[in-house]
Amino acid sequence: MKFGVITFPGSNCNQDMIYVLREIMNQEVVELWHKDSDLKGVDFVVLPGGFSYGDYLRSGAIARFSPIMESVVSFAKKGGYVMGICNGFQILCEAGLVPGTLLHNNNQKFICKNVFLKTVNNNTLVTNKIPTEKILKIPIAHGEGRYFIGNDGLKSLHDNNQILFNYCSESGTVSDEFNPNGSLENIAGVCNLQKNVFGMMPHPERAADTELGNTDGKLLFESILNNVLA
Amino acid sequence: MESATHQIETTVETAKDLGLLPEEFEKIKDILGRTPNFNELSIYSVMWSEHCSYKNSIKWLKTLPKDGPHMLVKAGEENAGLVDIGDGLGCAFKIESHNHPSALEPYQGAATGVGGINRDIFTMGARPVAQLNSLRFGPIENARTKWLIKGVVKGIGDYGNAFGIPVLGGEVFFDECYNGNPLVNAMSVGIMDSKKIISATAHGKGNPVYIVGSATGKDGIAGAAFASKDLSEASAEDIPAVQVGDPFQEKLLLEATLELANTDAIVGMQDMGAAGITCSTSEMSAKTGCGMDIYLDKVPTRQEGMLPWEILLSESQERMLVVAHKGKEKIVEDIFEKWDLHAVQIGEVTDGGILNYYMNGELVAQVPGESLVLGGGAPVYEREYKEPSYFAKANEFKIEQIQEPTNYKEIADFLTTHPNIASKKWVTEQYDSMVGTINMSTNNPSDAGIVNIKHSEKAIAVTVDCNARYVHANPEEGCAIAVSEAARNIVCSGGTPSAITNCLNFGNPYNPEVYWQFVGAINGMRKACEKFKTPVTGGNVSFYNQTKVGDKEEAVFPTPTIGMIGIVENKANITGLGFKKENDIIYLIGKSVNDINCSEYLYSYHKVKLSGTPYFNIEEEYQLQYTISEAIKSKLLQSAHDCADGGLYITLLESSLVNNLGFSITSDSSIRKDAFLFGEAQSRVVVSVSPKNEQQLLDLLSKNNVLNYKLGVVSENDIIIDNENFGSVSSKKQLFDTSLESYINKN
Repeated sequence: MKFGVITFPGSNCNQDMIYVLREIMNQEVVELWHKDSDLKGVDFVVLPGGFSYGDYLRSGAIARFSPIMESVVSFAKKGGYVMGICNGFQILCEAGLVPGTLLHNNNQKFICKNVFLKTVNNNTLVTNKIPTEKILKIPIAHGEGRYFIGNDGLKSLHDNNQILFNYCSESGTVSDEFNPNGSLENIAGVCNLQKNVFGMMPHPERAADTELGNTDGKLLFESILNNVLA
Repeated sequence: MESATHQIETTVETAKDLGLLPEEFEKIKDILGRTPNFNELSIYSVMWSEHCSYKNSIKWLKTLPKDGPHMLVKAGEENAGLVDIGDGLGCAFKIESHNHPSALEPYQGAATGVGGINRDIFTMGARPVAQLNSLRFGPIENARTKWLIKGVVKGIGDYGNAFGIPVLGGEVFFDECYNGNPLVNAMSVGIMDSKKIISATAHGKGNPVYIVGSATGKDGIAGAAFASKDLSEASAEDIPAVQVGDPFQEKLLLEATLELANTDAIVGMQDMGAAGITCSTSEMSAKTGCGMDIYLDKVPTRQEGMLPWEILLSESQERMLVVAHKGKEKIVEDIFEKWDLHAVQIGEVTDGGILNYYMNGELVAQVPGESLVLGGGAPVYEREYKEPSYFAKANEFKIEQIQEPTNYKEIADFLTTHPNIASKKWVTEQYDSMVGTINMSTNNPSDAGIVNIKHSEKAIAVTVDCNARYVHANPEEGCAIAVSEAARNIVCSGGTPSAITNCLNFGNPYNPEVYWQFVGAINGMRKACEKFKTPVTGGNVSFYNQTKVGDKEEAVFPTPTIGMIGIVENKANITGLGFKKENDIIYLIGKSVNDINCSEYLYSYHKVKLSGTPYFNIEEEYQLQYTISEAIKSKLLQSAHDCADGGLYITLLESSLVNNLGFSITSDSSIRKDAFLFGEAQSRVVVSVSPKNEQQLLDLLSKNNVLNYKLGVVSENDIIIDNENFGSVSSKKQLFDTSLESYINKN
């Protein structure tokens, strides 16, 4: 499978994503540059984490206007696979490719730590290999990760099974106590209605290397390959 | 040399206002053969400041060991030292202070400290991979401390998180002596292809000199020079005293610089920190004896109408000076264009060692580069020193003065929740510790942070340590302990100590008692660095750290922060600090001593503020570390954790919290129980060993003549000492994890 990982100015998780896809998952990866508009024939576009354009206005607010994003939007509209992690998720929200928005964490601080995730929909391109009862340990690292959406939007997310993950306890309890940033209903990741665009705040690429002692995130990449190869 | 700004008369008074001594003013006149104009005097004042010239410290710094088997670049040769880590890779690392800016404006002060130290690393061509920081504040209960710590931590976080380099270690310490003068020391560690080192040097007549990165503004000028009434009454108020950081620019500068390092277009590069254009042009020239013609009007500026001395002295962040090979200008310009950064030619290299600075066609300053720099014309002083009276008093303390307590559980909880000992989670979770996917300590914490070197069997161990209370009690012993503790942390994690960088935070060097502390600390550092074969690769000196006690100005504790790196030859040797399994056997390796000197227990619980350093013997320390290292390489240990602040009890507790396992131990009846549990005698490590390896460990300890004591076993979930249940691990975890946050949030 051919992945494209976009580098925006200020992206800082692009190399981590490339490392996992290329070295751990043994996939072909091309690096895409924000000033280009050519997606180079990739099958799957990844928007990595970081602080695109410094995030000085609002996270992701400027990146969505870069030349490459025009191509990503039309690629996604045609059914192409796109995934945004952290800042990439923020950009997808700003670009309207996934519903909702990401606000400042409710404690007004940047938070970096391992959190636990319960998979809500195991039947998507990025979650199909995650066992139903498996609680994933995956780190977060963000200042603006509080997921929010209006009532109608939330209903639509539920009705169409668009919620990918909820923050939960180590044993799978979903409650305020285990909500790290104040996200609505503990939502950690969502997809679009067509289920070809995915966004999540936690970083699966930081939990995919045995050398780092946690490979829960690898299940997402295995899901992608499983589904496409099948 | 005529223009409005240069007609400011320069006298010995002007020189004094700029921070120069009268004899230094005379020396400048001798060098130039005339009276310097204001621009030139400004140049000398910053280049001959302690920060750039080390004039009051270099005599002693030179006595530190500089060379070791792994050194590629020694102290003072480049922006940072470079250690050979094998496989063609080098590790560049350095620590630096940003104390005074952080005291004034904690957010920007700390942020620009992080920016500056990272530039020192990537200007050499190394990609930063890990950051550490060492922070010291006044008592946590003070409103000002809360304001400072919130600002400093947010500043470090916002800058480092956006720049994208993980924080792998650090210290946070609170003491009265840092009230009003916090210490903010930031360290960066980078990895590079050791053949691609970029030198901070200029040569080759006619080669173009570029300024790259951010535009130059008036920020930081007031810090380096002064806001003089003689000079510019009107403009003084729009000069911020502290520089302003922009991590986004720094990130772009990093990527552009490392792209540049892969070309053959550059002669040399240096970042602009203190004294900006002045320092980078003079240091790069002086290295080879060349000169430069610099056209200040070509420098992109943020404000209109900046004066020559303002451009020369500006400490605007995220800027570099690049000397390129003539004919390869386009390569340089294209790379910076790609990253949307300025790259403007502001001059060229000349022969003959003279720096000429022009403004709009007019020569506004002319100085010999060599006369400005350390090792050249910069002054070197020997300062007087004398033993302070408190030193003898400290050594009078005897453990017998403290009655043995009976309320051990209460003391244990007191220490667990003490801000100096409790979890620093409130701080560290605000830092991205995992970006870069190299942090091997997230899921297996160890005494030192472990940096993964991808595609290699090796890893790098990093740590930063200094118990300044010990250094205050006895500078020589205390500083030797700081080096030893850093080495012990590296060893307990499975590494071999390699080299150190130091950040020397002291009071006023003109105070002989402060200088005595400085000399003592250097002597102790030398002794320990020689013993552990860890040369000093560089660092910085921060004098004039003073705090108000009552109505008297007093120096902060002498705080020589030690940043150490070590090499883990094989990742399989990485050893965590957490207990792994129930029924594993727990040993205390090292000598138990009837000693509570300088412990948090004595200082904070019994409020005895003056005592000697804890028990320490460098030969025993060396033997202990050697033996732990051997045990780790023989795969005998399940965990290893050095006994440090808070003593044995806290060490055991920290080991138990990692995997929520308890412990059941018996204390050594030949030692006072408070000394045994809470004393901070050095050279001790708590290990856990699976029963099948116990005999082999004992054989090794006896072969190496290392004392040990069998404490007990790892248990399911309670903490039991001498059959007394201290409570469950989960209840202690709650205390340990939430204490600092509740102090900070308390009004």
